[in-house]
Amino acid sequence: MLTGMEVVLRAFLFVIILFITAKLLGKKHISQLSLFEYIAGITLGDIAGEVILSGESKISHGILGIFVFGIVSYLADVISLKSKTLRNIIEGTGTVLVEDGKLLEENLKKEKYTIDDFSTLLRQKDVFSLSEVEYAVLEPKGMLSVMLKKENRPITPKDMKMKVPNEKVPQTIIMDGNILYDSLKKAGKTAAWLDEELQKMGVAQDNVFLGQVNSYGELTVDIFDDKMKLASPQERPLLLASIKKIQADLEIYALQTENKEAKSMYNKNAKKMMEVQNLVKMYLEN
Amino acid sequence: MTVASSVKQTLASLKGLEAQLSTFALNSMEEEAQQKFHEAMVLVGQIKNDVQLRVYAMEREENEYSSS
Repeated sequence: MLTGMEVVLRAFLFVIILFITAKLLGKKHISQLSLFEYIAGITLGDIAGEVILSGESKISHGILGIFVFGIVSYLADVISLKSKTLRNIIEGTGTVLVEDGKLLEENLKKEKYTIDDFSTLLRQKDVFSLSEVEYAVLEPKGMLSVMLKKENRPITPKDMKMKVPNEKVPQTIIMDGNILYDSLKKAGKTAAWLDEELQKMGVAQDNVFLGQVNSYGELTVDIFDDKMKLASPQERPLLLASIKKIQADLEIYALQTENKEAKSMYNKNAKKMMEVQNLVKMYLEN
Repeated sequence: MTVASSVKQTLASLKGLEAQLSTFALNSMEEEAQQKFHEAMVLVGQIKNDVQLRVYAMEREENEYSSS
């Protein structure tokens, strides 16, 4: 029998060993995308549990077992990178369950899925009627990937023939009151700029829980004090409003003046202002 | 408000607009947005010049009127 202290020590040791193994094997193993990783995943845990709790197994044997599983798993990864055939064997292939909107019963049977299992998987994808599905694949790991018929897919700006601006990822530049200098650099900003923006908002840097810069270089912050009211950036909508106002003004001047030359100048520039509006409208809305 | 003074006001707004567009052109991270803001800024600059010339002309007329 093991004493409590021994169990604690063994547990510590194996947590570290398992952690290192998992680190070396990488993300793929955590998501357990293939059969192999799934098997390796349960077995590694089992070996560790066994060695920690039972006095009969030696620690070195446990480590050896984990080591072998880690190596084999790693080799399987390397080999499957090289060869498609072996990849199909090791990682398995997807099974098409719905094609052209029709359920392939043969394949369903082959995978030992009942129609209820299949419906459950569909519902998890927020699909309640088979008639909405154009194509569905059962992935090796047992997830269902569904392609809906075009009419059932969510509408996108592209469907509406709308032009929308592309946006870059917002950069988080303040976290817990500390400036993240790397992200600040990525956003192309300086600490001086940040100081200025915070001053404009009337917020101390220490009081900012989260600060992000969006694609237009605007700063939005969440502060610790939830009762304090902060204005959201209004510059872009205001800019659009002032463009519209100037455009209207130029048209009015064109009507008011009797000077022919001035009239044509105003008209020309009113048109130009319209052009300006069309150029940047997309970026100033929302 | 006379026409001259409201045109002057528009001129001031145009100057502000140009400056703001240039700030956005510099601050945007998206290249296309940068470009569009820049183009808009150039156009606004041209309009600003025209309106500026008109303001000068109006001032001259006013002076002639008051001096005669």
